[in-house]
Amino acid sequence: MTPNLAQSLLQSLIGGMVIGLAAGLFWLLNGRVAGISGLAAGLITRHWQGRTLENLLFLAGLPVGVLIYRAELGAPPFVLTEQPVVLVVGGVLVGLGTATAGGCTSGHGVCGLARLSPRSMVATATFMLVAMITVFVARHVLP
Amino acid sequence: MKPFRLIASLGCGILFGLGLVISGMSNPAKVLAFLDFFGAWDPSLAAVMAGAIPVTALFYWVARRRALDVSGAAFPNPPAQAIDRRLVLGAATFGIGWGLVGFCPGPAIAALALDWRPILVVAAMAVGFDVARRLRPAPTNLARDAVSGSVSP
Repeated sequence: MTPNLAQSLLQSLIGGMVIGLAAGLFWLLNGRVAGISGLAAGLITRHWQGRTLENLLFLAGLPVGVLIYRAELGAPPFVLTEQPVVLVVGGVLVGLGTATAGGCTSGHGVCGLARLSPRSMVATATFMLVAMITVFVARHVLP
Repeated sequence: MKPFRLIASLGCGILFGLGLVISGMSNPAKVLAFLDFFGAWDPSLAAVMAGAIPVTALFYWVARRRALDVSGAAFPNPPAQAIDRRLVLGAATFGIGWGLVGFCPGPAIAALALDWRPILVVAAMAVGFDVARRLRPAPTNLARDAVSGSVSP
């Protein structure tokens, strides 16, 4: 294992533990599942009676956390496709898919798997596999 | 509207955002490198799940011993939903989108602090949420579900 890979794995592990802490606290303190797609989609569908402000504050916190990192450690690496079509089509599919499946990487992948939900296991395995196939086709088949 | 719940929501969101950027999830290139499993694979994001899931599980375990959450409300029951075609098709659709753009909802919103382009993704996601809402069969009883706590969009 190269030193770079070891460092990358360690940083990802630590970041993951911080994510786990945030999701765990959201559950223990407020009884809420830290499923971002659910919190965000609920703002559109007006699903959460009486919880709208809580959801907004949680979601608003996400970029604030990134800003704090930026202020202390400088801008992190960030590479995103320039193609607007990909951004829009990808975004629509993410929104449509997560709302239909009732969760995303945080809702199913972290919170659902943490409580050993069979539903979340199926969802997570599915979106992971399909995403990997998508990348394979986009990078190694189509070009 | 309890101040405690509002402050806790904001605090957890900030912490979550910190975790996303520390872990590299807010960088689509890093995510796509992990999803390039059949190509040039970067395994780093596997470590994100390895870190997140046990820590979350620990809190869920602590919570099981309590009747009420710290804010004083009853814990909601998990939604009693089947593993059905909607789940699988939804997950597959999400997977295609994720594989195309390298963003899932959390990182897209968090990355608004890094660049302006995620706004397009977030707006597109909102459109996707709305399409899903329109495609969904009529809800049985949202009010009842909200009271019992078994909610999901």
